[in-house]
Amino acid sequence: MAGYQAVEVPSDERGNIDLARLKELCDETVAGIMITNPNTLGLFEEQILQVIETIHGCGGLVYGDGANLNAIMGVVKPGDLGFDVMHFNLHKTFSTPHGGGGPGAGPVGAGAALKNFLPGPVVALAAGGSAAGASAGSADPGQNQAVYTLVQPSQSIGRLKSFNGNFGVLVRAYTYFITMGGNGLRDASENAVLSANYLMSLVKDILPPWYERSCMHEFVTSAQNLADGIHTMDLAKRLIDYGFHPPTVYFPLIVPEALMVEPTETESVEIIDAFAAALRSIVHESETDPELLHEAPHREMVSRLDEVLAVKKPVLKSIRTERL
Amino acid sequence: MIEVGKVSYIPHTEGDRLKMLEQLGIKTVEDLFRDIPDSCRYPEMNLPDGLSEMDVKKRLKDLAGRNKSSEEGLWFLGGGLYRHFIPSVVDSVLSRGEFFTAYTPYQPEVSQGTLQAVFEFQTMVAELYGMEVVNASHYDGAAAMAEAGLMALRCKSGRKEIVLDSGIHPEYIEVLETYLEGSDATLRVGRPDENSACFITANPSFTGEIRDLKALAAEAHEAGALFVVHADPLACGILESPGACGADIVTGEGQPLGIPMSYGGPTLGLFATTKKLIRKMPGRVVGMTQDGSGRSGCVLTFSAREQHIRREKATSNICSNQGLMALAAAVYMAAMGKQGIKETAQLIYNKTAYAADLLGGLDGFNLKSEGPLFREFVLDCPADAARIAEILQEREIYPGLALSRFKETGGGCCGGGSECCGDSAGDAAGTASECCSDRELLVCVTECNTKEEIDLLAEALRDAAGKAAASAGSGQEA
Repeated sequence: MAGYQAVEVPSDERGNIDLARLKELCDETVAGIMITNPNTLGLFEEQILQVIETIHGCGGLVYGDGANLNAIMGVVKPGDLGFDVMHFNLHKTFSTPHGGGGPGAGPVGAGAALKNFLPGPVVALAAGGSAAGASAGSADPGQNQAVYTLVQPSQSIGRLKSFNGNFGVLVRAYTYFITMGGNGLRDASENAVLSANYLMSLVKDILPPWYERSCMHEFVTSAQNLADGIHTMDLAKRLIDYGFHPPTVYFPLIVPEALMVEPTETESVEIIDAFAAALRSIVHESETDPELLHEAPHREMVSRLDEVLAVKKPVLKSIRTERL
Repeated sequence: MIEVGKVSYIPHTEGDRLKMLEQLGIKTVEDLFRDIPDSCRYPEMNLPDGLSEMDVKKRLKDLAGRNKSSEEGLWFLGGGLYRHFIPSVVDSVLSRGEFFTAYTPYQPEVSQGTLQAVFEFQTMVAELYGMEVVNASHYDGAAAMAEAGLMALRCKSGRKEIVLDSGIHPEYIEVLETYLEGSDATLRVGRPDENSACFITANPSFTGEIRDLKALAAEAHEAGALFVVHADPLACGILESPGACGADIVTGEGQPLGIPMSYGGPTLGLFATTKKLIRKMPGRVVGMTQDGSGRSGCVLTFSAREQHIRREKATSNICSNQGLMALAAAVYMAAMGKQGIKETAQLIYNKTAYAADLLGGLDGFNLKSEGPLFREFVLDCPADAARIAEILQEREIYPGLALSRFKETGGGCCGGGSECCGDSAGDAAGTASECCSDRELLVCVTECNTKEEIDLLAEALRDAAGKAAASAGSGQEA
């Protein structure tokens, strides 16, 4: 990628970045590190300050993946931790619709070191303009209207997109923002983290967390200790029979038979309890009637589809038009 | 910290929270955040309190009111995004929760609606483009074109150059340059040769000119380069498809297919290629297969190319698509049908021809675009085009895009004519200032513009040109 080489840093025994290994890797050739924090195991990096210090110490920069921002809004600011640049997944944190896979939007925030390099255009107050009337809560926006303009940051890496970005998606996120307010965003994070820990504790005897720690807004467990021949995918597909959309499976890659569960702040206690009960029931079935899991789902319009056939005999558009 | 009832859609009551805390054996939710360094935990936030829905609506209405809508006044602005008629059924289908809020279709058994919609989208785009394979979409037309360039570099290892025809949108060229940053590949405007991985043309060009794709395909293939066409999907309603003309890769901006301009996005990147090149193709693709009982169903397929499996060795860093926008295009194409798309394209062609003829014949104005036109043309004005647009804007007439805006941003070639810089090889960047005259106006005509509107525009342009010339003469040019 752009003449750089990606090097993976392993996790330590508590699911944090292995600081000792990181220190070995850090030298003058390191451009920077990408960190998801809370990480993909759903854990907050306990040594995040030392990790960032190590990278900065060798002249590198720190890029934060905003994928798990839902856990920490109003609880900790990535900028305070020392992140230099970070993207935000508006569909993950700010309630913009998933749309079956897009459109997303990935605004990027940068600190002093990188702000002039951001891709453009960026909205700025026009010269001589006043910020009065610009705040979200302005009572009388007709007065002292701020005047805005589009600018290209002075050392911008250039355009990544034509026109002005996924504006319609930004408007939805903005609406969510001003509806929630600062305190509301913190409430969302606190409730999301509370729900995840609650669910984790309900099922830890049958599906123990991969790392025995408080989690953030999601936790990772593994199906590897279930009955012989039962895989995470079987569990996931059987959940469909119980009326639940399966959680993320086989991710993160470092956990065998991974199951990553993220209830978020929007699932009620009743639903979380029902989900835990479904998992319990399925784990029981995995011992008494494993075929129920292997053949799941049973009640959808299709059951498991042959993905090998899809590649071997590709049908990527309707046959009908091929005859035309 | 949690204030009861503050945010109504969080379902937990205080009782729920107590039950959960009790289960966890902790007193407060703050206890769950102990892993965060003390010095950074619970910082001061300079954010306002939440607003009620009533106040939110007022705020948004106020902000929206500060924009001019394309529904108001006379609208002849294009330049990459276009005002087209959108059948009501498009929004109606899009806003259904089953599509609007559905998750990425990683679990095909519970995602057949999304997957079949994308499959039908692929089918209809394949038909319009005359191509064998269409993917599940890219972020926008510019990203799709940039990805086509990268794909060509993968297909033609050893060749390190992307060559652009004249008439590529300047902002698209900027995006291509960003995508190529740090690689050893180069970009230039000119004719393809033995070093070129691909030759990219736009049909119609940025300035509305319809290209002779067969001739350009022959030129590209003669040089051993892949032929990439950035094709307007609606124009394909009346033109021979790029596939039939020999394209190896076709990209497009799908916004004309039922997607509003929305200040620049979200739009829809279209991407098509041949069966032969499928494993080099970026992006998600949906395929039809069968379950154990022989029932047909759709899945995301050929995933082994993608970043969530191949990581940094993937064919692209794209990790999503424009799901809902692809659905909009699918619903639009289904609602319009073969005949509807054809008739719309024909209407646009006819109205563009009428407007080009009328406006180009005005005193002091000249038509700069050459040959058959689709939707747009460059009008050489007797005065500064930006000034003319500014004068008319006060009367809610938007006569088009003054091309002088592309002088500063660099980018590529704005004019498509033979006198344009497109024929002079050299860096793609930095050539715009030589060809974007202050007097050039890019006028856009769609099926939404009536003959009366075009006639009114002609009159308005004549008036405004007089005023602009007068103000320039008195030294007050803006």
